[in-house]
Amino acid sequence: MSVVYPDNRGRYGDYGGQFVPETLMAPLKEIQDALDEAMKDESFQEEYRNELEHYSGRPTALTYADQLTKTLGGAQIYLKREDLNHTGAHKLNNAIGQALLAKRMGKKKIIAETGAGQHGVASATVAAKLGLECKVFMGEKDIERQQLNVFRMQLLGAEVISVSSGDKTLKDATNEAIRYWVAHCDDHYYLIGSVVGPHPYPKMVRDFQRVIGDETKRQFKEKEGGLPDRIYACVGGGSNAIGMFYPFLEDDVELVGVEAAGKGIDTPDHAATLLNGTQGIIHGSMTYLIQDDHGQIVEPYSISAGLDYPGIGPEHAYLHSSGRVRYESITDAEALEAVKTLSQAEGIIPAIESAHAIAQAVKEAKQMDPSETIVINVSGRGDKDMNTIMEQFQEG
Amino acid sequence: MTQMVEQTRFQKRLKREKDLFIPFIMGGDPTPEATVEIAYTMQQSGADVLELGVPYSDPLADGPTIQEAAGRALAQGMNLTEAMKLVPKMRERGVTIPVVLFTYYNPVLRYGLEAFAKAMEENDVDGLLIPDIPLEESEDIRGFTEQYGVELISLVAPNSEERIKRIAEQAKGFLYCVSSLGVTGERKDMNPDIASFLEKVKQYSQVPVAVGFGISSYEQVKLVQGHSDGVIIGSKIIKLIDAHREALSNEGTRAGALQELQSEVEQLVKGNE
Repeated sequence: MSVVYPDNRGRYGDYGGQFVPETLMAPLKEIQDALDEAMKDESFQEEYRNELEHYSGRPTALTYADQLTKTLGGAQIYLKREDLNHTGAHKLNNAIGQALLAKRMGKKKIIAETGAGQHGVASATVAAKLGLECKVFMGEKDIERQQLNVFRMQLLGAEVISVSSGDKTLKDATNEAIRYWVAHCDDHYYLIGSVVGPHPYPKMVRDFQRVIGDETKRQFKEKEGGLPDRIYACVGGGSNAIGMFYPFLEDDVELVGVEAAGKGIDTPDHAATLLNGTQGIIHGSMTYLIQDDHGQIVEPYSISAGLDYPGIGPEHAYLHSSGRVRYESITDAEALEAVKTLSQAEGIIPAIESAHAIAQAVKEAKQMDPSETIVINVSGRGDKDMNTIMEQFQEG
Repeated sequence: MTQMVEQTRFQKRLKREKDLFIPFIMGGDPTPEATVEIAYTMQQSGADVLELGVPYSDPLADGPTIQEAAGRALAQGMNLTEAMKLVPKMRERGVTIPVVLFTYYNPVLRYGLEAFAKAMEENDVDGLLIPDIPLEESEDIRGFTEQYGVELISLVAPNSEERIKRIAEQAKGFLYCVSSLGVTGERKDMNPDIASFLEKVKQYSQVPVAVGFGISSYEQVKLVQGHSDGVIIGSKIIKLIDAHREALSNEGTRAGALQELQSEVEQLVKGNE
């Protein structure tokens, strides 16, 4: 792979970097050094692959969506089944990688932030598996909304710390996790859940998620020969999308990232960071974010808790500015419709996050020729969303 | 003829280089009008430099006390533009010490780097402290602060190690030493290794070395003064101010509250002498 960013300052063009207090420079350097060394070590790579295969259940399937393809009458549709991972989403790929790194660094305690609880559950899971102590920071509002996941984390032995600062959601949980980490970095490892944060996190999370794209490439070649014409993935922080896109960046494949338009991109209630945000800094990284005229960060909105983040990974900001990836947006209503469509056509209930990618793909597949092929990344399964979906369909 | 290096506004206004007392106040907390009076009171209490905080929605380096103060100030409509406008009012009131603006980087980027540096000059701001840019990311803003005569204050931490030399050698105004790892806010005990850390910093610094984070009692002030050139007190000052919130907010009761605040601050930095 000759895509050689980030540079040594952690920059992807104008984006990325390390916009953090001086106190974090040393722990970030410690992680950077440990990561560089681990990635060169075949035994670490072997350990990581081994856990992915025998613990998470990889490779995940690439499923041909027979009924959906027929119904739409356009492009041939394949689904990359990240929903089949242990704990039900792509999040575990990264949690395994980083927890192994933490252990290698001699850190026995990990910290994680979580919004909906998916990354918190993945972190708690891998902490249990590797015998690490785990603290998960979660906004007070999210704790109320996601009680089942709070209980899952506690059952797995993690401590869930309620965050009541700021807007009491994911961005504040992330702030609080970072604040805690600053004071406890000597024996704690901060396991960040997406391709966000200061360098080297965006790169590290990408490298632990690229298995999605690497597998897809291989599987697609086996089934169809060659490469798909288009690939779709949803984007919040953007880890499933980067994981899927990265191995295809230099190929002749159209890549489509789908943001959450919430109640509509022309309303204040959206989470479409690239399409509707502006350049700035969030959680240590220069990227795009949703902010007001004075540079205060504004709470985003999406029905999908996993896309409800005011920033986006710096690499996405770069891929947006370079035009290599096309970014689109899907509303709550369109995503819910896509949940129903995929459930009934293929017997797969996707997470509402993933349904954003599905909705965009469904729109476009119809216009494509049956000789063309697309892959949709189904980043997670919908079990966690049953309450939300039930309420919406009852209201509708 | 010998060419003299022209002194910056900060240098002209700084009256001494030892035993500095640098209080932090949050612009707009409890009200913008009160902030101007509080600034003057701090000077009367012996402040040598004033740190004026600009509230931010996501203050990553701050503990609960300053987070809450920022929340109150934002609710008062305070922002970067308005905070700078407080400084000429402070000058009018009689504040002659250097004023350092404390702001996170995102509002600065939003304002525009050069426009912001220019506005600082126009509003008679002497220094700038941005807690979320380390040396490596400070080049862009540094060019403009130098152009407009504003001292960009650097921070150094106990875990900066081999970075200490690089940071200290280019420090301007004063060098902000973070007493111990963590966010701003009171700490019961001072970092026991602080003396050796400060020795190392002083070895490289051309400007006064001041210590902040967690200083909240006269004993701590004395301890830290013994190893450095000054103390920065934030959360404790915010708490003292907040205890008079009601009285400071109303013009009728403000003067009395300011008087009490002055004696409390004097007690904190000078003890019972």
